[in-house]
Amino acid sequence: MELVEAIILAVLAASTPLLIAATGELVTERAGVLNLGVEGMMIVGAACGFAGAWLTGSIFIGALFGIVAGMLMSLIFALMALGLAVNQVATGLALTILGVGLSGLIGAGFVGERITPAVHLYIPGLTDIPLIGRVLFGEDAFVYFSLALIVGVWWFLYRTRPGLILRACGDNHVSAHALGYPVLRIRTFAVMFGGACAGLAGAYLPLAYTPFFIPGMTAGRGWIALALVVFSSWRPGRLVVGAYLFGAVTILQLHAQGWGVGIPSQFMSALPYLATVIVLVLLSRARTGGSTAPAALGTVFVPDR
Amino acid sequence: MQLVLEKRAERSNTIALVSPLIAIGLTIVTMTILFAILGKNPLLALHAYFIAPLTDSYSLQEIAVKATPLVMIAIGLSLCYLANAWNIGAEGQFLIGAVAGSWIAVKTQGTDAGAWVLPAMFVLAAAAGALYALIPAICKVKFGASEILTSLMLVYVADLFLDYLVRGPWRDPHGFNFPTTAEFDPVATVPLLIEGGRLHLGSIIALLVVAAAAILLGRTIKGFEIRVVGAAPRAARFGGFNANQLIILTFAVSGALAGLAGIVEVAGPVGHLQPGISPGYGFTAIIVAFLGRLNPLGILIAGLFLALTFIGGEQAQIAMKIPLDVTKVFQGILLFYVLACDSLILYRFKLVFPNRQVARGTG
Repeated sequence: MELVEAIILAVLAASTPLLIAATGELVTERAGVLNLGVEGMMIVGAACGFAGAWLTGSIFIGALFGIVAGMLMSLIFALMALGLAVNQVATGLALTILGVGLSGLIGAGFVGERITPAVHLYIPGLTDIPLIGRVLFGEDAFVYFSLALIVGVWWFLYRTRPGLILRACGDNHVSAHALGYPVLRIRTFAVMFGGACAGLAGAYLPLAYTPFFIPGMTAGRGWIALALVVFSSWRPGRLVVGAYLFGAVTILQLHAQGWGVGIPSQFMSALPYLATVIVLVLLSRARTGGSTAPAALGTVFVPDR
Repeated sequence: MQLVLEKRAERSNTIALVSPLIAIGLTIVTMTILFAILGKNPLLALHAYFIAPLTDSYSLQEIAVKATPLVMIAIGLSLCYLANAWNIGAEGQFLIGAVAGSWIAVKTQGTDAGAWVLPAMFVLAAAAGALYALIPAICKVKFGASEILTSLMLVYVADLFLDYLVRGPWRDPHGFNFPTTAEFDPVATVPLLIEGGRLHLGSIIALLVVAAAAILLGRTIKGFEIRVVGAAPRAARFGGFNANQLIILTFAVSGALAGLAGIVEVAGPVGHLQPGISPGYGFTAIIVAFLGRLNPLGILIAGLFLALTFIGGEQAQIAMKIPLDVTKVFQGILLFYVLACDSLILYRFKLVFPNRQVARGTG
């Protein structure tokens, strides 16, 4: 029983950064922008988040640092891809390359340092309930926040007028523009929201997942988050399922080694990446009747005045 | 006041030529500011980065050695990008090529295998790189899976596979437990061009690749097809060009070149297989491809320039204790400026004053 509980807790922890980053990218893509720089924004968020927490001793301020760092990175992307109408694929790659360098530069002074990780909720009585107690009432704030975030995004996208307008920009920017909506401004906000989420997701790693910073600690999670958005068919509900599935694959890999499965550790570590490829193939294949992606995804829009 | 873009009636060829130079200029200005923030003398730092490596023969050879894989990979990537196929996983194809070629080196170690070893390693590495690149290409063509994400995921897989081999079955028993194969035999090593120097045969191969790509793109129908499919997909469809077939072809060529670059690097400057054989060549080559305007000759120049930043970065680290990550930041900023300046080829920037816009009654 304790093992089951431990595994569920580990899966939740491993899924949370994926869920937060993918939620941000979902909103960005729903507005019609393909930002491939998630990995870059995440890794800068990780370095800045750790720096903030180490300097101030506060996990909360660390998380804020991560969010702001991610937003600043996303602003560079917005300036290029929206302001200057540069190819979004190339700009996103540039953002990741820059992010990896910046993160190493910012984080260099903090390698080897440790902080006290984010505290877990503890409600006497409730948290002590066997099996479900710690799973439901014993998480860190990031886990609860990630779930609130995806519910909020679902509500925003499907139950509010601005959400409807944002989706309209993603499906047909020409019509949205013709109706008088400021397409580029809406997309800029969507990109910044994506940046904030990616920055927070990155900050989660050194603030809650491990209590230290190492260069390259995002290890491709930003790219997996991008794949998750495809996996979810751009729907918040499926995104939650996908994020937890991938978190489970990541944890499976760790536990399989503990159980003494006779497979080299590197093969198990490759599992999340292989799973991503397989999932992408299966989903794209299932979707033969036309893509569910926002119709204007990744296309350049230059308003014609 | 608002900055808006106005589409040019046709591409500006003047700007197409000078835009990489503007980009480099802007990057150097930005780097100057960054050095000042880091508390380093910007002039000394720029000298260490861009001038010092050009002043002695050892560094010049080192630049050519570093440029070799970059140019080979970037030429392949440029074919993909021209055909609008987004191969982002050249790093993985590079690693798999290195692994496949090393297999022959490891198996023939200490035997009296002859001069066939190195050519066989080259062929196997190129074939493995091509096959590895075909996975995302086929997933794209058959199932519509994003080649960007699949090719990138395979980088991590290749990295772990290499790690497994050098820590497990291929580990050098006399290597003091370091994760590395034994040094390759002389028959499995890329010959040096200058006795006692660093320059090796791989640099000649890279030049041949550049020439071949120039001929392919400039003088053959296939090259024309690649360019049309990328630049005008609709026109290409009317012309009966098969875009899917070109995705497969350009990915295969690109993977083969990356794989070849991998074995050239391992059997050349490195001399044995170990983790960390690439300081991100596959990703830096993306910058090389764009900085070189997806043009073979441009890529050659861009490859040498990016190699200069690697060598300059190392020298700046030794001489001025500037962190090595500054080189990556530099490369990232450079790519941004290259892309931003490219925007000038298609668009004109215009400042618009909102009151006038309102007066015109549009919106």
